[in-house]
Amino acid sequence: MRLRITGGRILDPAQNLDGIHDLHVAAGRIVAIGDPPEGFTVEREIDARGRIVCPGLVDLSARLREPGEEHKATIATETRAAAMAGITTLCCPPDTDPVIDTPAVAELIHQRAEQSGRARVVCLGALTHGLKAEQLAEMRALKRIGCAGVSNALVPIANTEVLRRAMEYAATCDLTLFLHPEDPWLSQGVMHEGPISTRLGLPAVPETAETIALSRDLLLLEQTGARAHFCRLSARRSVEIIKAASDRGLRISADVSAHHLHLIDVDVGDYDSRCHVRPPLRSPRDRDGLREGLRDSVISAICSDHQPHDRDAKDAPFEATEPGISALQSLLPLTLALVEDKVLNLSQALAAITCQPARILGIEAGTLRVGAGADICIFDPEAHWTLTEENIASAGKNTPFKGWDFKGKVMHTLFGGKLVYTEASR
Amino acid sequence: MKPHQIQIDEQGRLKHFISIEGLPRDLLIAILDAAQSFAGVGERAIKKLPLLRGKTIATLFFEPSTRTRTTFELAAKRLSADVLNINVQSSATRKGESLLDTLRTLEAMHCDMFVVRHPMSGAAQLIASHVAPHVRVINAGDGRHEHPTQAVLDCFTIRRVKGDLSSLVVAIVGDVLHSRVARSDIHALNILGVGELRVVGPKTLIPPGVEALGVRVFYDLEPGLRDADVVIMLRLQNERMQGTLLPSAHEYFQAYGLTAAKLAVARPDVTVMHPGPINRGVEIDTAVADGPHSVILQQVSHGIAVRMAIMSMAMGSQAAPRRTR
Repeated sequence: MRLRITGGRILDPAQNLDGIHDLHVAAGRIVAIGDPPEGFTVEREIDARGRIVCPGLVDLSARLREPGEEHKATIATETRAAAMAGITTLCCPPDTDPVIDTPAVAELIHQRAEQSGRARVVCLGALTHGLKAEQLAEMRALKRIGCAGVSNALVPIANTEVLRRAMEYAATCDLTLFLHPEDPWLSQGVMHEGPISTRLGLPAVPETAETIALSRDLLLLEQTGARAHFCRLSARRSVEIIKAASDRGLRISADVSAHHLHLIDVDVGDYDSRCHVRPPLRSPRDRDGLREGLRDSVISAICSDHQPHDRDAKDAPFEATEPGISALQSLLPLTLALVEDKVLNLSQALAAITCQPARILGIEAGTLRVGAGADICIFDPEAHWTLTEENIASAGKNTPFKGWDFKGKVMHTLFGGKLVYTEASR
Repeated sequence: MKPHQIQIDEQGRLKHFISIEGLPRDLLIAILDAAQSFAGVGERAIKKLPLLRGKTIATLFFEPSTRTRTTFELAAKRLSADVLNINVQSSATRKGESLLDTLRTLEAMHCDMFVVRHPMSGAAQLIASHVAPHVRVINAGDGRHEHPTQAVLDCFTIRRVKGDLSSLVVAIVGDVLHSRVARSDIHALNILGVGELRVVGPKTLIPPGVEALGVRVFYDLEPGLRDADVVIMLRLQNERMQGTLLPSAHEYFQAYGLTAAKLAVARPDVTVMHPGPINRGVEIDTAVADGPHSVILQQVSHGIAVRMAIMSMAMGSQAAPRRTR
């Protein structure tokens, strides 16, 4: 379909573009910004006056629960929710059931995503077989099938010899390691260690659970020369450690979840299991440190860390609940809120959810460059809306952001030139 | 919802009893006064009052307990309620039934009140937020969080022995990290305006940020006990006596075990308390546990009066159950 998006503010941090232009799409690709290419006839026009037209969002971590936990969500339900959230690329960690340690599992996920046709799903392959942290996974085969990197997801690799060899082998395959820095012994808790965990009597996780694992990983990276991305930082001190390592020239990057930029341990309140996340929500100082890390480009991407759950997973005493937030729809508004809070400017904020995560994954996405695939998010930056049980599109309704006043509403989402979402009220 | 919102109704009456934290001072004093009036019932020839006749109270214990459960049962029976003892540990949850499923099953049996003990913090509050409006929930201990009836009986005992609390120095000694009794006692004693409140123990057993609850921290026993009017010893669980928290029961007793000699730095009329069951020779020496300063057995009998007061007050605010057609 030949499509023209007219009168919108085109904002593409990847090419430093910010201005009001028409944007033209044909055969699934962006063919022109500004004047149409010669002989371009418009089949469909989208009025984007007063809207921002940016690249479709790239989410570095979203659990789609398929295969293995289809009672929580499926690729079909979650890609539909992603389209509603303006997200066109989802990165799926390898801790599915079965684990993504063979090409067949990645292929299954790719197929289901293609059937849905609403978003691209990029897989991370397992770093070790079965994520058991004992034997290396077949990384070359996983790379060949399209895995963007390798990761042991949330399963810590306690054995430093295994981790060292995994880094060396991943480097040999030219694959980025996606690491969750978490010490297996210090992380036996369910919330941040401090006065709140003491008051509530909940087993707690000190900051050192993250910083020790992070420091260890960095030393091994320095030794092996491997390339790594650190997932979901939660502590101010981690930002300082990453910065020092980057200054030493290590090839590393880091992301943070949107909720760690807005919530703190106090939000656990009186056992609100929707705020049970891993790593835990930490102190206001940590949250501010993460925001500064983002501002100073030590952290380059914001992800949703989407983890949809069924009711039973959250309806239990706090310690017995499963961690994670259903977070696709809050990614864009929580990122835009950082602009309101004067942490980032609009271009920096959008870069953290478009071109920067795409660069970390090493994929061609997250830009409106002429010739690129037409993955586009059109949102109204002034529209206020409230997340409610009813308008959560994900199969998982587990979010502490229910009832929050959000500013910035997705009006249209295009994926590969196809309109996959249009705000119903228009 | 916050526990202090969930446990008090619109008229400010006690609805559930989940936590001491957030309990208004006048309500805590009202409970202590009510317990005073029940304290004599046990000595009468006929030990029953008809206050809860026709009510069914289920004790729902997900964790083993002898004394708490027995005193609750006795308190309920002295109020003429029918008591149903359910040992969940050995039955339903073993078969994989969730906490809320167990609760719904019992609710279908038309219980008016649940007395709940659970190994996880926040469990009593979760249950209270899911029961039918006329059902009452009493927390008999949730994880490391609170054991509010124990705190009331501790305050009741201190009030009986010492009278005014405002000039007292109270030291809580031992495993504060894992102790729900310590947390409830700290809140209760602060609400009642105790003169000085201390916690004493090794760094491994004192949780970080505990000062925020309104206590002074002492890592050594002697300064912690100096001039104390009341010493509350905490139980040290067997599985914590050796490992990463402590090297051995022996070393713990050497450093933190309460002996007559160590007690000498406290006030001459010091009162020694313990929530029980006690580990003789681990946290407390037999000579102290059975000695003139000890009120450990009085605490047990006060527990019955206090629980009678709490159960009758909570049930007193009960609305008529909705009739099912």
